[in-house]
Amino acid sequence: MLCQECEKKPATLHFTKIVNGEKTEFHICEACARERGEGIPGTANGFSIHSLLSGLLDFEQASAMNGIGAKPQQQLRCDNCGLTYTQFSKMGRFGCSNCYVQFGNKLDPILKRVHGNTTHVGKIPKRAGEQIQVKREVEVLRQDLQARIEQEDFENAAQIRDRIRELERNIADAQERHG
Amino acid sequence: MKGIGPEADVVISSRIRIARNLTGHPFPMLATNQQANDVMEQLTAVADSGKLHDYGPFETVQLSQLNELERRVLVEKHLISPNLANESRSGAVMLSENEAVSIMVNEEDHLRIQCLYPGFQIKEAWGLASRIDDIFEEETDYAFDERRGYLTSCPTNVGTGIRSSVMMHLPGLVLTQQINRILSAITQVGLAVRGIYGEGSEATGNLFQISNQITLGQSEGEIIENLHNVARQIIEHERAARNRLLEDSRIRLEDRIQRSYGILSHAMIMDSKEAAQRLSDVRLGIDLGLIRDVTPQVMNEMMVLTQPGFLQQVFNEKMSPELRDIRRAELIRNQLHSESDHGGV
Repeated sequence: MLCQECEKKPATLHFTKIVNGEKTEFHICEACARERGEGIPGTANGFSIHSLLSGLLDFEQASAMNGIGAKPQQQLRCDNCGLTYTQFSKMGRFGCSNCYVQFGNKLDPILKRVHGNTTHVGKIPKRAGEQIQVKREVEVLRQDLQARIEQEDFENAAQIRDRIRELERNIADAQERHG
Repeated sequence: MKGIGPEADVVISSRIRIARNLTGHPFPMLATNQQANDVMEQLTAVADSGKLHDYGPFETVQLSQLNELERRVLVEKHLISPNLANESRSGAVMLSENEAVSIMVNEEDHLRIQCLYPGFQIKEAWGLASRIDDIFEEETDYAFDERRGYLTSCPTNVGTGIRSSVMMHLPGLVLTQQINRILSAITQVGLAVRGIYGEGSEATGNLFQISNQITLGQSEGEIIENLHNVARQIIEHERAARNRLLEDSRIRLEDRIQRSYGILSHAMIMDSKEAAQRLSDVRLGIDLGLIRDVTPQVMNEMMVLTQPGFLQQVFNEKMSPELRDIRRAELIRNQLHSESDHGGV
């Protein structure tokens, strides 16, 4: 297959772009790709994922600003590392872990586009995630408690209730210790 | 990477990379020298404390102590990323003695743990990477959020922070022209293919790296299982394609392979693209039992040794591209001749 740009060299890069469900395929040679500024995967200078992301993020901003009655863009800035949301949207990278908190819900649509999802379901660090593990356990116990009550199994329900209270006390104590 | 692993006729290597960051510190891209050094000290202290010693002796190498060629060799061995090699600031890599584990400090993220196994061992690689992750987590405060998971510099890595990949040699699927169909199917199940394909693929040795694209909303187990199952299917397709080639056009296939073997054994000038393609042909010949006096290990080695940085290291001289092509041909000739002298043992 020949490059669709220069129609001379063989096409060695094949991309599929999907924008709003519309699929476009590109078949181009390396020279034309460089000229067009498309990243060449696997090479140091051409990793285009960030420029691609920044395209998504710009789109975010543009659509927010075009919204009816939209206020002028307020400068959102991470108070830990100083990165602004505008800088983030240009680079496609965060400055520190606190940016995730500061840019908060603005991230959901971006993460949804990149991963099709916004919530982590994988590994939890043992030490830092101890409380999260306990919270997940409390959630499971609550569901169990509800089921017991519906089955009128009050004896076991009471035990589960006590266990939930104990775990919740532990969480509160831990939070107090960590200020 | 030494030796060959399971399913080595199709899968060259399996790799896991885990991205982690320390909470409160700016990511390497924004960090000052002082901040980058702080992170480096915290992370190298874990290696120095001997906590990793169950996984073999580790050597910590500061990137600033390496010259350009030494960095390039580490990149060609896939032990560090081009990104870390090019970054002039406080970067380091901790390497296990057998080079199965490389731990990068201050790459795009503070910590990147990489495990590289020969052959099809993606689950084993994840097991090891996860245990090493636990060691660092015991000693440092990871940036982790209940909802987003492990927080990374780039939103494409957030969540599990893992990239799992298998490097596959797929000459059968390329020769039978099924490769594009299969690769486009792969991208539809959340996996990505890196490497150049289509007609140009012959020029890069028919090597394809398949990896997970999504890191958020799936557990590590699901991500690896998905890659494992897809790779397993590709292995079967590749073997079927090779068998079909043998049945339908054995003499043509054998001619192609023996020609490449002949050229590799005798050529005086060899550019990297031709080398990759010829080595792929000979590797196929070995896997099909058509070439018996060369071992697959030697072919794996040559795929690495014939890259520019390695050549300069082997011959210990700075080379023009033309001299490189002459040296490359020389190195391949010597390797193949010494192999056949020893009857491939």
